[in-house]
Amino acid sequence: MKTIEEINHRIKKGKVVVLTAGEVKKLARKEGTKEMANKVDVVTSGTFGAMCSSGAFLNLGHTSPRIKMGGGKVYLNDVPAYTGLAAVDVYLGATALPDDDPRNKDYPGEFRYGGGHVIEELVRGNNVRLSATGYGTDCYPRKRLERDIDLKTMGDAILFNVRNACQNYEVGVNLGDRPIYTYMGMLKPHLGNANYSTAGELSPLLNDPYYKTIGLGTRVFLGGGIGYVAWHGTQHHPEVLRGENGVPRSPAGTLALIGDLKQMSREWLRGVSFRGYGATLTVGIGVPVPILSEEVLNYTLVRDEDIFAPVIDFSEAYPQGKDEVLCEVSYAELGSGKIQVGEVEVPTASLSSYFKADEICHILKGWIEEGRFLLTPPSAPLLGVESGVRFGHNP
Amino acid sequence: MDISHRIVLHFPRRLVDQPIVCSLVLDYGLRFNILKAQVTPEEEGLMVMELWGEEESYQKGVDYLARIGLKIQPLSHDIRRDEEKCTHCGACVVLCPSGALVVDPETRRIDFHHEKCIACELCVKACPPRAMEVCF
Repeated sequence: MKTIEEINHRIKKGKVVVLTAGEVKKLARKEGTKEMANKVDVVTSGTFGAMCSSGAFLNLGHTSPRIKMGGGKVYLNDVPAYTGLAAVDVYLGATALPDDDPRNKDYPGEFRYGGGHVIEELVRGNNVRLSATGYGTDCYPRKRLERDIDLKTMGDAILFNVRNACQNYEVGVNLGDRPIYTYMGMLKPHLGNANYSTAGELSPLLNDPYYKTIGLGTRVFLGGGIGYVAWHGTQHHPEVLRGENGVPRSPAGTLALIGDLKQMSREWLRGVSFRGYGATLTVGIGVPVPILSEEVLNYTLVRDEDIFAPVIDFSEAYPQGKDEVLCEVSYAELGSGKIQVGEVEVPTASLSSYFKADEICHILKGWIEEGRFLLTPPSAPLLGVESGVRFGHNP
Repeated sequence: MDISHRIVLHFPRRLVDQPIVCSLVLDYGLRFNILKAQVTPEEEGLMVMELWGEEESYQKGVDYLARIGLKIQPLSHDIRRDEEKCTHCGACVVLCPSGALVVDPETRRIDFHHEKCIACELCVKACPPRAMEVCF
């Protein structure tokens, strides 16, 4: 048994032993888990995928004369931001689109530029065009404002993503007879392809399935900078069916993450477009799992062949809100490039990058080894299986 | 010196049953890689190929194709990957018909084998970060 305090002490002394989620599984083939649990202090997990419930609170700064954008309208590079806050605070959501974007009128729409792309431009250091209107008050008389702004000149810029790092995810297929354009990418008719989206055995919440170490206040790698777990994410659903290894067999836990956008980087916050579906943000996340006990270590040894995801028909079952699962497949099968659905062999594609997730694991490992990143004990645990929390459907 | 070009061949109907590519190899010593082909009996045919060999032989081979009545065009556009934009997700892999976009089984990096690309453009709009670009 170890404590986070002891691990931090070892980090400061330069004696910490950190393995990535990929490395720890390889080592487990050679060594016993008892010795490993003593030796290894931290396992770094990671994921890099499109996460729509992301966005940033931006404080756009005051001007002379002042303008109250709250209750007015704000656009950044023509993408609208939410203004139902104080005078110059706005929230720019990843999926926001310019008013004149044709959306799906010319089906399938391209969604080339949205809130996620504005966030990427900001972290690149680019100027974005702020266009604001207010209704004018005695203390905020200005009614219009047009100017270029950048991240440096903003008061605050806080990335606050209310649902990230989903613990397991569905596999999308199309049983229909025309191509469909979904948040799982383009799905070809008659089981033409199967798309999935998690980093599997590298993914944060799959390496700590019961949230034994990850909790509120856990310090993480977020968008290339440092962030924190703010809360459980929306649609956090710990009570789903789990395997014997504790791994959920369908989407379960989620994280709400927060961090200072100003120290994040373009490489790990990327505006992306899903044809026919919308624009969003691809977010890089890395979570350290402190190896406090042999039990915690054992969870990090989970392999792709032990993680199962439900295959869902996106032509009928998903849009109609029917709980129909065609079959379950392991991430090892998904990663092999093809899965078997009934009689049909279906080629697979990932929407989340395993390659980049592994890179995040290594970066976070480096930060910890260099003493630049200390672990934080959670202030409170995430809602776990015992909470009975269920994320339900309304008719 | 060896040269290599990617070309589009249009076969008139009268030539679709001729072993023309075979002559390029046997008579002109050229090597080829067929990227795309649609050559059906009694119809006009189209073939996209990469053709390479000695510069002189290459020229002679292409002259031969023109002489017997094939229309030859350079592959008019090309697909490039913006390496900085690619997030290595893999959305393109199942759509690519020629195996130019593949997952490295070891690292799970997405590799783009440009020489296998037939410029069909299926990846261009399907790429979430829009890393695949058409160059003319």
